[in-house]
Amino acid sequence: MNQDSRQPILELRNVVSAYGRIRALKGISLKVFDGEIVTIIGANGAGKSTTLMTMCNVVKAVEGDIFYKGERINDVAPDQLPTRGLCQVPEGRRIFPRLTVTENLDMGAFFRRDSAGIKEDLERVYDLFPKLRERRRQLGGTLSGGEQQMLAMGRALMSRPRVLLLDEPSMGLAPLLVKQIFDIIATINGQGVTVVLVEQNANLALQCAQRGYVLETGSVVMEDEASALLHNPDIRKAYLGE
Amino acid sequence: MDYFIQQLINGLTLGGVYALIALGYTMVYGIIQLINFAHGEFFAAGGYMGVIFISWLAAQGVHPYVCLGIGLVLAMLYCAMLAMAVERLAYRPLRQASRLAVLLSALGMSIFLQNGLMLTQGQYDKAYPTEITAGGFQLGGLYISYMQCLIVALTIFLLVVLNLLVFKTRIGKAMRATAQDKVMSALVGINANHIIALTFAIGAGLAAAAGIMVGLYYGTVSYSMGFVPGIKAFAAAVLGGIGNITGAMIGGLIIGMVEIFAAGYISSQYKDVFAFIILIGVLYFKPTGIMGENVDDTRV
Repeated sequence: MNQDSRQPILELRNVVSAYGRIRALKGISLKVFDGEIVTIIGANGAGKSTTLMTMCNVVKAVEGDIFYKGERINDVAPDQLPTRGLCQVPEGRRIFPRLTVTENLDMGAFFRRDSAGIKEDLERVYDLFPKLRERRRQLGGTLSGGEQQMLAMGRALMSRPRVLLLDEPSMGLAPLLVKQIFDIIATINGQGVTVVLVEQNANLALQCAQRGYVLETGSVVMEDEASALLHNPDIRKAYLGE
Repeated sequence: MDYFIQQLINGLTLGGVYALIALGYTMVYGIIQLINFAHGEFFAAGGYMGVIFISWLAAQGVHPYVCLGIGLVLAMLYCAMLAMAVERLAYRPLRQASRLAVLLSALGMSIFLQNGLMLTQGQYDKAYPTEITAGGFQLGGLYISYMQCLIVALTIFLLVVLNLLVFKTRIGKAMRATAQDKVMSALVGINANHIIALTFAIGAGLAAAAGIMVGLYYGTVSYSMGFVPGIKAFAAAVLGGIGNITGAMIGGLIIGMVEIFAAGYISSQYKDVFAFIILIGVLYFKPTGIMGENVDDTRV
């Protein structure tokens, strides 16, 4: 299938973004198609998280264009994007520490008004993460790292996203939990949610994704099918520890 | 003993007033880490708007308690809008600036509002129509005025409503979420500017109610009335743990009690000093206050 003939659901064209005078992204172009899992891999400081934050306009793009569902969204306020189905689980999870688990999940559905649908989704999230149901009255800040990751993903699902941006979901988690999280990512994707996955754990990310981008100091240095990247000797050497 | 209980009731009345003002400081601090030094002026403006609305309504021959109720609501709404305007003009443009810049802007706003009140309302005290709630009753050896009952009841009512709003409603959850992590709350679709404006409005509304109570209680209001109670309420907010809503209520009660008892048993001339002794003591020994909110800004 020739992907270039389809319209991407999310696209960056020559995006430059900067913190003060330091340019973190030096003209990035990438495409995400409906229904796929795309991963962005790279070393620390390559600009992976900045890429996600720029997609959500939390970090403003100083040059270039961001398209979502065919519309340029550079000037859309960050708080308007979840309403349109673009949702992020940021690095470090950013649970609201002094809200309970249920309240954190409610905040994921903040902009929604269909209380019946919200209730239904809350049950779905609790079915997906039974641990959260047990802890639903506990404050978010008292959860373990793995539970916080589940809560962060559950909170994102409460907004019924079309595109879910995940930043380092495996960070700081035990291997068994990492596997569980990745299984859930596959489940979510199977339900029709497009996923952009930023990971340091390149091996797992490339096994899970269909396509991948490799970032180095703010630029895309390679893009390919995930399986091709997984077997590329340069990538294996640089990112897979061989 | 009667004297003690009498003072307790007086302390409760005054403490409730401080608690209502302290909530504005603490809520604003909780959400944008600003000590809003103009907050006392909302209290003063509330006192003035109260006397204006209540006197006007009374002149139309409306029943006194209805005057009071409508006057209270109108004054609260007025101050809520005033606070939103102040936030929009003096604080929002400085959202990305250093904290010191916003603090100075707040001090400037305080001077501006206080002088605005003097220029429009005159520099002499304005008398409240206290006859509408005159009287009281004897309970054992105690005399309790209807005014005190009204103030305590109204304070409790407002505190309960505020707690329900902040801890039970969707918008209250959004306020707490925004206070805890602004970037994340934007990522779930919360508009921080709306929430901040709402926080200012609620704080100023409560301060306005306190202004009316003080006007009724003491019988007059003056353009500079916001300063001293404002600073004392700030001390109450710090005592309770700045940023913490329950703490502000407790802190307000303590400051009010201490002031009344100090005036009653030690010296009424030095009554203003005690709030500040407490402030210094708290900052020295336990800067996080009673409810122990983090003073370091770990929220990013």
